[in-house]
Amino acid sequence: MTGPLLQIEDLHVTFSTRRGLVEAVRGVTLSLDQGEMLGLVGESGSGKSVTGFATTRLLDVAGRVTAGRILFRGQDITKIADSDFRVLHGAAMSMIFQNPRAALNPIRAVGLQIADAILSHKRMSKEDAAEEALKLLRAVQIRDPEKRMTAYPHELSGGMCQRVMIAIAISCNPMLLIADEPTTGLDVTTQKVVMDLLVRIAADRGMATILITHDLGLAARYCQRVVVMEQGRLVEEAAPQTLFRHPRHAYTRRLVAASPTATSRIADLVTDDERSHYLAMLAACKPRPAPAAGTPLLLDVKNLAKRYDQGPPAVADFSMAMAAGESVGLVGESGSGKTTTSRMICRLIDPSEGTILFDGESIGHLPARDFHRSPVRKDIQIVFQDPNESLNPRFTAFDCIAHPLLRLSGMRPGDVLRQRVEQCAQRVGLPAELLPRFPHQLSGGQKARVGIARAIACQPRLLVLDEPTAALDVSVQAVVLQLLDRLRREDDLALLFVSHDLNVVRMMCDRTIVLRNGCVVEQGESRALFDNPQTAYTRELVDAVPHIGGAPAAAAAQVTGPGVNNVRSL
Amino acid sequence: MSSLPALFGVLVFTFLLMRVLPGDPAVFFASGPNAGKEEIEVIRKQMGLDKPVPQQLLLYLYDVGRGNLGRSLMTGQAVTTDLRDRLPASLELTLTALLIALVSAIPLGVLAALKPGSVIDHGVRLFCALGVCVPTFVSGLLLIYVFYYLLGLAPDPTGRIDVFTSLPPSRTGFLTIDFLLAGDLDGWWAAFRQLILPAATMALFVIAPLARITRASMLVSLGSDFVRTARSVGLSWWRIVVTYALRNAILPVITIAGIVFSTMLGANVLVEKVYSWPGVASYALDALLSSDYAPVQGFVLLMASIFVVVNLLVDVLYGIADPRVSI
Repeated sequence: MTGPLLQIEDLHVTFSTRRGLVEAVRGVTLSLDQGEMLGLVGESGSGKSVTGFATTRLLDVAGRVTAGRILFRGQDITKIADSDFRVLHGAAMSMIFQNPRAALNPIRAVGLQIADAILSHKRMSKEDAAEEALKLLRAVQIRDPEKRMTAYPHELSGGMCQRVMIAIAISCNPMLLIADEPTTGLDVTTQKVVMDLLVRIAADRGMATILITHDLGLAARYCQRVVVMEQGRLVEEAAPQTLFRHPRHAYTRRLVAASPTATSRIADLVTDDERSHYLAMLAACKPRPAPAAGTPLLLDVKNLAKRYDQGPPAVADFSMAMAAGESVGLVGESGSGKTTTSRMICRLIDPSEGTILFDGESIGHLPARDFHRSPVRKDIQIVFQDPNESLNPRFTAFDCIAHPLLRLSGMRPGDVLRQRVEQCAQRVGLPAELLPRFPHQLSGGQKARVGIARAIACQPRLLVLDEPTAALDVSVQAVVLQLLDRLRREDDLALLFVSHDLNVVRMMCDRTIVLRNGCVVEQGESRALFDNPQTAYTRELVDAVPHIGGAPAAAAAQVTGPGVNNVRSL
Repeated sequence: MSSLPALFGVLVFTFLLMRVLPGDPAVFFASGPNAGKEEIEVIRKQMGLDKPVPQQLLLYLYDVGRGNLGRSLMTGQAVTTDLRDRLPASLELTLTALLIALVSAIPLGVLAALKPGSVIDHGVRLFCALGVCVPTFVSGLLLIYVFYYLLGLAPDPTGRIDVFTSLPPSRTGFLTIDFLLAGDLDGWWAAFRQLILPAATMALFVIAPLARITRASMLVSLGSDFVRTARSVGLSWWRIVVTYALRNAILPVITIAGIVFSTMLGANVLVEKVYSWPGVASYALDALLSSDYAPVQGFVLLMASIFVVVNLLVDVLYGIADPRVSI
């Protein structure tokens, strides 16, 4: 066959919403050769996923391809009838989705689900299909494949669910695989394993792959060519190294700058033009005075443990200390107990054992249920992971920020409160005209600001941040991180930063604590710890983080194995 | 086991409620309106109504504990015997009605969900609204008028079987099943014809909640990620709708069906009255009207027990249908 496998020409996709027509994709043109791996990078709302769904015709009913052509093997597939498209689905092109657990039928054994996919395209007996499904489970390197055949998705981890999803997608050897954020929401180590697997399978079977992701590092590590999208348009296309070393388009420059790397500092997260502003602000902050001798530590946690009735303890023997104005990172994979620990420190759940001293005063013994009456509640505040879920949908932004002031600082509604709320909003960079809005009328970044403004409203001394930027785009994350760093300097605020994103923790935190299975594996000064990890586990974590600049050659060599070369020579 | 305290509470509450309600069974059951004071007093003593209420309660609880629900003054039989005679009639009616309701509601809900906003969707909505807003005695009489009086398709609405058909040996108490077991197809047809109109009347009333919940959960299912996955690998339409979407959507329907069943069993008194169906609900109503304590209390206890059993059954069914739930 000659010509590219997939050719998208001037694609326009429009969604009809309550507020009228919205153009999600406006004129995308790209092509993909057989066996090639293309990265489609952009932030939320850039139209990257919509492009993928338009190609596989899985758009919501509200979405429609309004113009342009999608040529697959030379045939315009926008003109094919739905009933004929079913032949292509799975057999010629398939998809892998973002949330693997939701993407699998919760009440059907995974072996049957794989067999379903096989049986929809091949004539064979159920037994043969089951045999084939087992082979696929082996191919995606799932442990105990025989046992997993009868497992349900809820019995599998996120990484295993994604392997099953890959098995389903490749079951009929499609020529094109579109992976829509396949590893978002997975731990870094799992992400690496799943991506390596995906790339190897694609290479072995000569499948062309489109990797849709918001993570530049991930695209740089695995793709031969990267396309950047912004607001439904394609802004730049190049080999990853060229793109990230010498971005031409302004948007790409901003995106590259905002992506944290192994060496970046917080000031680096914006483009050169915008940096001076931030640096000026930093200079304006007066240096922290050294604490007077004999001042107790702000937070002193000793031998903290949390046990539930069944299973191993969620946290066992956790100790740490931090001074005022210090920032400490708490990292680890999901299930490592980092969130449990942070919740115990904010006194949202009760520890089973151990002491928590805040400013020399023991607060660990106060039951979490009554802690809101303690005067210390004001001093320890929390910013939650999901800015969408952690705001009351019936509260305006103003109400959200005013709530802790009313409850904890004993303020009364009136002008003083209004001024105070506006002041908080201004400090986090939230325009005052957004205050009367409800959460659903705000963007993700704006909601994150409301969450931070709410947390700093009572002027706490310790702010616990539970993955505060996990749900945000990189450019928004950059701004939020700078904001947090500024607040820390201005108010001498201590930050306990819970995150799985090592690059972010490295930038934000003076010290880092690595947790695994509820135990502290390693702790120390952040840069030293990440540059020279002492334990195998930390090293594994650090190695798994995809970097834009870091050692792409090795990864590429490993990826561009014989399979890809073969395909190339076809 | 955990439902025992609830059953006990129901028992005591009903007992006290009956005592509070106006009406004196002794007066009611005295030989006639002219019965003298002494005669009433004698009856009262016989029934134990002269004792203080707490003592009556204790005696009653003691009897219930030994399986004795008391004696009905209306029928002169033990309440347990009366209930045992009538319960199968009610159960047969209610189960048939539930079956009719499910068999029609689920496809209606699925059809409505497949094409939301279409003519079918609106038609189903209209049908459901009519079913809910027309009271059962009106729809019952309407059905009788049309199918018995106008068309003559249905037999006269008097009980479970016409007087000329000989009854089969009672094994399950469900006439349709007993006839089948006895191999008497004519008898089965006669019983079935008697059953179908009252069952349809009851079903009409509960199709609406079942169809609506099917539609709602089917819409959620169809919009879910795993249905998108199923489409992405090209599964057939039937497999996507039935195996993937409907099986997930059926879970809340099971819960609602359990609730609906319990409600129907207790609330079908109007249908039983309209069709002269010899069930427990009309029995309890008659007892209540004549201040006959024991049957009413027995009936409430029976309903509460059935409610507990049905809930247990729903939990078990749910556990089978959804591997995420462990019982």
